[in-house]
Amino acid sequence: MLSKGLKRKREEEEEQQEEEALAVDTWWLDSDHPAVAPAPPAVASSSLFDLSVLKLHHSLRQSEPDLRHLVLVVNTLRRIQASMVPTAVLPPVPSLPAAPGMADNLLASSDAALSASMASLLEDLSHIEGLSQAPQPLAEEGPQGRPIGGPPPSLGSLDLLDPATGCLLDDGLEGLFEDIDTSMYDSDLWAPASEGLKPGPEGGPGEDAPELKETELDYLMDVLVGTQALERPPGPGR
Amino acid sequence: MAGAGGGGCPAGGNDLQWCFSQVKGAIDEDVAEADIISTVEFNYSGDLLATGDKGGRVVIFQREQENKSHPHSRGEYNVYSTFQSHEPEFDYLKSLEIEEKINKIRWLPQQNAAHFLLSTNDKTIKLWKISERDKRAEGYNLKDEDGRLRDPFRITALRVPILKPMDLMVEASPRRIFANAHTYHINSISVNSDHETYLSADDLRINLWHLEITDRSFNIVDIKPANMEELTEVITAAEFHPHQCNVFVYSSSKGTIRLCDMRSSALCDRHSKFFEEPEDPSSRSFFSEIISSISDVKFSHSGRYMMTRDYLSVKVWDLNMENRPVETHQVHEYLRSKLCSLYENDCIFDKFECCWNGPDSAIMTGSYNNFFRMFDRNTRRDVTLEASRENSKPRASLKPRRVCPGGKRKKDEISVDSLDFNKKILHTAWHPTDNIIAVAATNNLYIFQDKVN
Repeated sequence: MLSKGLKRKREEEEEQQEEEALAVDTWWLDSDHPAVAPAPPAVASSSLFDLSVLKLHHSLRQSEPDLRHLVLVVNTLRRIQASMVPTAVLPPVPSLPAAPGMADNLLASSDAALSASMASLLEDLSHIEGLSQAPQPLAEEGPQGRPIGGPPPSLGSLDLLDPATGCLLDDGLEGLFEDIDTSMYDSDLWAPASEGLKPGPEGGPGEDAPELKETELDYLMDVLVGTQALERPPGPGR
Repeated sequence: MAGAGGGGCPAGGNDLQWCFSQVKGAIDEDVAEADIISTVEFNYSGDLLATGDKGGRVVIFQREQENKSHPHSRGEYNVYSTFQSHEPEFDYLKSLEIEEKINKIRWLPQQNAAHFLLSTNDKTIKLWKISERDKRAEGYNLKDEDGRLRDPFRITALRVPILKPMDLMVEASPRRIFANAHTYHINSISVNSDHETYLSADDLRINLWHLEITDRSFNIVDIKPANMEELTEVITAAEFHPHQCNVFVYSSSKGTIRLCDMRSSALCDRHSKFFEEPEDPSSRSFFSEIISSISDVKFSHSGRYMMTRDYLSVKVWDLNMENRPVETHQVHEYLRSKLCSLYENDCIFDKFECCWNGPDSAIMTGSYNNFFRMFDRNTRRDVTLEASRENSKPRASLKPRRVCPGGKRKKDEISVDSLDFNKKILHTAWHPTDNIIAVAATNNLYIFQDKVN
């Protein structure tokens, strides 16, 4: 009998199913799902945003994430983000240096219900990431959902990593976007700046400061790649 | 636009009456994950049908020769060989488990009595030789029938071993292992028309291999950005042209297809042709990109067309026209209003495959609720059929199914909300010349034939 039985990743799938069980039930019972985005939507609901962030986290928690799934979720999240920012807050030509300004503006606006949902989201995730940030408020409804041509605006403190350690999630994660050349399988392994080594808690608060200037999603990507970069001396720009 | 011609085989899915032929797999409601079929492929003659599953096993079925004394057999497929192709592995450098799930199987054209196929999981491709043994040698001098060595001093006479018939034994042996060339997950393999090389594609790279050489491969496409933060697109499928050994295509998560010519440069990062249909602004949504992601690309047998499958539709492209497909067939348009829910439960990321019939006059793809769809390119008619145990009486005709998108449900229709999204038909295959189709429904393999057959 060749049956192999259950897969190793089943407990992760079960976790996701628990998280999304309510949504699935709703979907089965109600064809008019409240979170259905009408086409063409000007603004995404915050629950769609939350859902996307949840998916992103879940994807990143896999020891070897499905790159296609990750890229599609990130791109969708960017679209949703773009539609959620009120145009009044946007600079005429969005660029990276302007991001801190946008972040401040967004933090200034608040939404109690959204904060609550973000708080619970962050609480759920905190055991994974050791978050210590306050829930970040978002502007719920913008006047128009004008898509931004440039990089997506920062959402404020959507920190997905522990700023103290600079380490993002599980062990294998810093290898997420890392390329191991086939040369790794040759005899000369373990080059001095080894890609395989997990960085220790090197990222002090000071090192993170330059990265906080970038947009949050880019920041996320940055750190994933940047756990490797943390081994190098931090440059002025990236 | 003409179809590819008759060729003696009746065209399409609708002039025919599809009938149940066989079903393989356990009936048990409780499906072991390892038994879930992950790929289905006929060989070049159609006499062999291979399936791969999540447990890393390959099962090959062989079509029985039609027997006048058993006319009901009508070329049934029975198990020919079963073997464990891939085992779960552990990558010690990255502390990652590598799944043994068979992502793709591709047959090589038959060149001698043995059959060869390539099977791949996320990281490693293997070339398997499947050969028959129906004779064995008897009368060895140095060993007796049990295989024990005889004492040479006791041998007083020499004899010539003779070949005696034995029960047919089918052996599968790994002849080549092509490993360590993919950092990301392999999604496609494709044998070249030169029968000497093949390509393997992962999320960011495509490699070209020679079937005889396992310790090196050529990288022919690399879309990995220098800065991974800039990654916005991945490779989703790739295939060699059926006749032009220098041409291949690859599709992306953004709904584009690039055709590359290996003669133009060693690294085919620059495409020769770029196929993309402009987005319809009226149907734009947050999920536009996800549903445009191409899950499968297949050249027609003629090599004039290619077909792509995205979440809601199948498109046929003329290789000479890059700006839009020549045909678009809606698979399950009623799901368009449900995209948010499908995003929630991740169904929107399901990767459906598609296939051509022998004459390229019909195409087939899967859907949910164990439904699969066939489109006749000539008559422009389509049909929805179901792979289920309820319709599994021998030679029972399949009744067309209808989905009611909303509002009043007619008799015999099924409403969208009643569809079972756990019953997905992701993998289907069409016999290269006859009207025989293989449909994988989770852990069961259904074989349907047309009544004429």
